[in-house]
Amino acid sequence: MAKRVGMEVAIAVAEAVGMCNVDVAAVYPITPQSHIAEHLSDIVADGRTDTEYVTVESEHSAISVVIGASGTGARTYTATSSQGLMLMHEILPIVSAMRLPICMAVANRAVSGPLNILNDHSDIMPQRDAGWIVMFTENGQEAIDLSIQSFKIAEDPEVMLPVAVNIDGFQLTHMVEPVEFPDQKAVSRFIPARKPYAMLHPDTPVTMGAFAMSDIYHEMMMVKDEVLKNSKKTILKVWDEWAKTFGRRYKPVETYRADDAEVLLVTMGSMGETAEVAIDELRKKKVSVGLVKIRLWRPFPFDEFRHVVRKAKLLIVTDRAVSFGGPGGPVHAEIKAALYHDKHRPAVHDYIIGLGGRDVRVSDFVTMVERAIKDRRKSAVKDYEFYGVRE
Amino acid sequence: MKKAKKWPEAWHEVNVGAMVFEPCSAREYHTGSWRARRPVWDNTRCIRCGLCYIYCPEGCVSQNALGYFEADLNYCKGCGICAHECWPTAIAMVEEA
Amino acid sequence: MVEIRWHGRGGQGAVTSVEMLALAAIEEGKYAQGFPSFGPERRGAPVAAFTRINDKQIKVRSGIYHPDVVIVLDPGLIGLVNVTDGLKPKGTLIVNTPKSPEQLRKELNYRGNIATVDATKIAKEELNVPITNTTMLGAVVRAAAPVKLKSLEVPLKERFGKLAPRNINALKRAYNELKISKAVK
Repeated sequence: MAKRVGMEVAIAVAEAVGMCNVDVAAVYPITPQSHIAEHLSDIVADGRTDTEYVTVESEHSAISVVIGASGTGARTYTATSSQGLMLMHEILPIVSAMRLPICMAVANRAVSGPLNILNDHSDIMPQRDAGWIVMFTENGQEAIDLSIQSFKIAEDPEVMLPVAVNIDGFQLTHMVEPVEFPDQKAVSRFIPARKPYAMLHPDTPVTMGAFAMSDIYHEMMMVKDEVLKNSKKTILKVWDEWAKTFGRRYKPVETYRADDAEVLLVTMGSMGETAEVAIDELRKKKVSVGLVKIRLWRPFPFDEFRHVVRKAKLLIVTDRAVSFGGPGGPVHAEIKAALYHDKHRPAVHDYIIGLGGRDVRVSDFVTMVERAIKDRRKSAVKDYEFYGVRE
Repeated sequence: MKKAKKWPEAWHEVNVGAMVFEPCSAREYHTGSWRARRPVWDNTRCIRCGLCYIYCPEGCVSQNALGYFEADLNYCKGCGICAHECWPTAIAMVEEA
Repeated sequence: MVEIRWHGRGGQGAVTSVEMLALAAIEEGKYAQGFPSFGPERRGAPVAAFTRINDKQIKVRSGIYHPDVVIVLDPGLIGLVNVTDGLKPKGTLIVNTPKSPEQLRKELNYRGNIATVDATKIAKEELNVPITNTTMLGAVVRAAAPVKLKSLEVPLKERFGKLAPRNINALKRAYNELKISKAVK
């Protein structure tokens, strides 16, 4: 079966994508970029995959090139990060509106002002409403698995939407750790060649990305919303098939020691495993606490989330980005919206953590939980606060 | 592939990705109705240079069997660029009645 | 779990060492993490890199603040960087220097295990370059035994190809020539 190897996670993602028979990959090859792009170009140059690898002059062009290629029916891939994703921003809603199944890795890094480059989620959060399927990974293995699955999800005739797989910059992308690769034959069976709905070809004339005024634009946005919400069915189906084929099961909302917990900590991305260690420590101190990890960010898994938190009295949400001048962190805002109509809704406390690569240790998670519990006893739950900020 | 309605009405009738499968469907949109003035060619002055054909932003000027030019009035918006560019002054812009 | 911090300069291969050590541990069926101090890389600037090795899955993904082992690839860094910062009292400090461990103990006032080897000399003789990252791996295995010497050969062969035997020689010499002074009370 699969061999266990040590590898840097970004390299492993490129290897995984190299197994997916990608027709066209377009990337902006320099900063902000991860080793994903560099190593994928090695794989192409070595002739290990038959991919047209286009290096472009900006991320705006990278996403535009894969739009054109995807329109012709090609399987397409791109990878970016931080300012690169910000530069793609203008094009991202067009991809989903055109129903092009482009897959993209986002090596999450802080956006500039001031220039930083280290890990947080401030690059992907402004893309929240672009109509893409957005998932988060917690370790190298998940980065490999979700990268492969993303093609099957994106290209499913019920979906036909772009997918962004988020892999925390540095914390994951630059980490050498043990991973397992699925067998190439099994991957090829899992993601057969794309069957495009339509192709830009002289023999099959089609207009993609046509003009639409107020008489139809409104309806089209409803379609976008419905299709994205509906994609959850396919995502669940693909994850089920993955579990049956490769043995690892994925859920839109993962939990750790959460079943009987009164207090639930919520994370998204690579900090989930560190938080698990904190949960173990707190459990030793008899604190009734568990962990909820959001994997699927868009479409947001409202039902699954409500289900796992149904018995909790306090939710301690962690956010790796800020909605400035707004309700705090975007994850926390989402969760509050999800629970508004619930009769027994828990108190929700949001901690903004780990901005611009600020390290968050096991002891930090322990402190956050203990402090939020104390605040709740005093009925002093804050909407949100910047955890660990120097005062 | 099921042929879509000519114009989608309800949201669920919109084609996937709002794609348009009928070639040249834009022809059904007669932009000529916007016109206030129409170009009229005086073929005694015309040297058949084709500048009007080249400059027409609408692409509605074409050459007839005799080699002279005329506009497809279904699409001509009456912008007057052909008349402006025609240096032998063979094109006059005439008010629509 | 063993937590290791490497000090070097940009371009001296600290990150490669970290990777080789992690790969050797994974080769042994253990769990490992190897990561640089995140950020821009500049040739010659002091850098740190880290390895975690454990028999069970490693969940912690935050930085290493209290390492069990510290390795210094460049003797010039002592005095420039506080190499014993956070090092556990009974930890191990391994330095590339011609000095004796006792001499270093006086200079750094560190009471844990100290090991020294003139890796620059070995690297010059065996590899013809003063790059000590692979040489120092031998010293680490002898002083702290996070992995077996044999396990390092697999990743070294993969990374260095034809040059691997010379790197392995240098590593074995450092293993043998290492001078160790046990922790004092």
